[in-house]
Amino acid sequence: MSTAGPADGLDERLAPTSALRKLLGRPELGSVVGAAAVFVFFSIAAPSFLQASSLSTILYSASTIGIMAAPVALLMIGGEFDLSAGVMVTTSALVSSMFSYQMTANVWVGVGVSLLVTLAIGFFNGFMLTRTKLPSFIITLGTFLMLTGLNLGFTKLITGTVSTKTIADMEGFSSARALFASQWNIGSVTLKVTILWWFAIVAVATWILLRTRAGNWIFAVGGGADAARATGVPVVKTRIGLYMGVALCAWISGQHILFSFDVVQSGEGVGNEFLYIIAAVIGGCLMTGGYGSAIGSAVGAFIFGMTSNGIVYAQWNPDWFKFFLGAMLLLATLLNAWVRKRAEATK
Amino acid sequence: MARVRTGVRVVGAVLAAVLGASLAGCSSTGGKRAEERAKAAQAGRPAVSTPRWTFAMVTHAGDGDTFWDIVQKGAKEAAAKDNINFVYAHDDQAQQQAQFVQNAIDQKVDGIVVSLAKPEALKDVLAKAVKAGIPVITVNSGSAQSAAYGALTHIGQDEEIAGEAVGTELNKRGKKRAVCVLHEQGNVGHEQRCAGAKKTFSGTLENLYVEGTNMPSVQAALQAKLQADPSIDAIVTLGAPFAPTAVKAKDAAGSKAEVDTFDLNDSVARDLKSGALGFAVDQQPYLQGYEAIDLLWLYRYNANVLGGGRPVLTGPQIVTAAEASKLEEYIKRGSR
Repeated sequence: MSTAGPADGLDERLAPTSALRKLLGRPELGSVVGAAAVFVFFSIAAPSFLQASSLSTILYSASTIGIMAAPVALLMIGGEFDLSAGVMVTTSALVSSMFSYQMTANVWVGVGVSLLVTLAIGFFNGFMLTRTKLPSFIITLGTFLMLTGLNLGFTKLITGTVSTKTIADMEGFSSARALFASQWNIGSVTLKVTILWWFAIVAVATWILLRTRAGNWIFAVGGGADAARATGVPVVKTRIGLYMGVALCAWISGQHILFSFDVVQSGEGVGNEFLYIIAAVIGGCLMTGGYGSAIGSAVGAFIFGMTSNGIVYAQWNPDWFKFFLGAMLLLATLLNAWVRKRAEATK
Repeated sequence: MARVRTGVRVVGAVLAAVLGASLAGCSSTGGKRAEERAKAAQAGRPAVSTPRWTFAMVTHAGDGDTFWDIVQKGAKEAAAKDNINFVYAHDDQAQQQAQFVQNAIDQKVDGIVVSLAKPEALKDVLAKAVKAGIPVITVNSGSAQSAAYGALTHIGQDEEIAGEAVGTELNKRGKKRAVCVLHEQGNVGHEQRCAGAKKTFSGTLENLYVEGTNMPSVQAALQAKLQADPSIDAIVTLGAPFAPTAVKAKDAAGSKAEVDTFDLNDSVARDLKSGALGFAVDQQPYLQGYEAIDLLWLYRYNANVLGGGRPVLTGPQIVTAAEASKLEEYIKRGSR
């Protein structure tokens, strides 16, 4: 705080801060600067990057990561990890598809069952964490491996192959597709419904964080669980809720994959959990918890979408794809940290 | 300061020693020099005067896959000859592969080559490509869906037929209990190979799933399997890099099983010659890449389509010790 003190007799913490100050103090500010830098870079490096059709592709790509990055950001603010988030998406799609097919039920029945199963997995993660007191890294690593095995084992057991059977000819498919995987063509631009889901999820997550009591609990639990418990924050409920939030979004992602591709491969989703985490971190979440934002996770996902597609548009050698991706993400995060430091220095 | 200087001196001395050793200890056989001599015999200039078109190839390969490296090599050499700007992208996740095809459409490429290991995931995006007037050729997997999705031709090996060839060959060799090693969870082509082998094999054949991206765990899993069931007399691996690992596992477990494999690489050729491996099933990946680009070029240049609406098959070819020595030099330069 500057020494230009507030009016006499007022506590300095209650002094009104200017809007600009408020903006500079936001966790996602650095990532916005990073996003602008990546955008300018690829606009110059890749000629087809700036076409409307390319930008809609990038937005879609970002939304598939962003839908998961928002709840993962909340979870990280609450001080925990979820390594099972990637395969959970596949699990959710598999359950939905196979339940509908095997029971010859309306597709919506499968979608509902899948929601219950996925939420149960999220509850299991949170419950195990609060019960065993083991680090979430270990608990969810166990869940991740178990789900990877279950995905293959169950699919093979039920369908006899490694992917599900088509459910496109079943009742309810078209209406479910409209909700989870529809798209609008405006000229050469294709806008997919996941972009709307993404914005909605980020808006809800932001509202929870900044405008509700639960949001305060999340920050408190991530900042220090013991202190939070001492001040009456329901730590167990908050943590389980956060994991179930991740599960809910995994269900949305999973249904999107099912209804846009119709057939689900049992071995997919492995490794995506790290993409969600990195999107949240680029967006200003700290690995130690207690700090971050949902909007930041959206910006992080957008940076990821720009980078992973921009490398293709720039026609760089694909052998180096992962290297470039890692380097760009590291640079974006470094820029983010630097901007934040500058912002804090001007306070 | 003095300490820094001695540090620099030590590093310099080590570097000099390494350089000196590598110059003095030349090998008169193999190595980089032999490779360069072989390369000098190949040309890489365009042989045609058609405009410089851009063809994109999108496959379901994982990172660092030997098989797809050869496909890519074939495609690149055809592109050099046909004056093509060749772009390549790959990802083992269906969603990302579809994304790459979309990227190619956004770039308005003149042709797309795509592998359909996960056909349904690419259905919509290929329809878009066809609608945009981009000719599509499918390679390697997806022969059943290729025509329905509007591709000109499919080039590859029918996995089921290749599997059946393996089953027949195992019968010829009098095998009774075989194990089929699948190194990629969720790959339909792999499942078809093992199912094909099961169909024609008169003994019993079991599937074993291993984690292909982690070689030590592949060996351990196979070793455990062989120790648990000593009556296994044949191991079929589905990729060349896994054959030497299977041989190692077999030796460690003290098993007498014969190791056979799909696809070739130089260590497979060597092991075939020495008798450590029984046979290999080749599907000529170089041909898949080369032909795909060449056929796209022919389509753009002359509206030619090959195959008469049927898949163009590049395999299976059973390679035994006798053929291995003939193919070895091609395998060494990475084109077989």
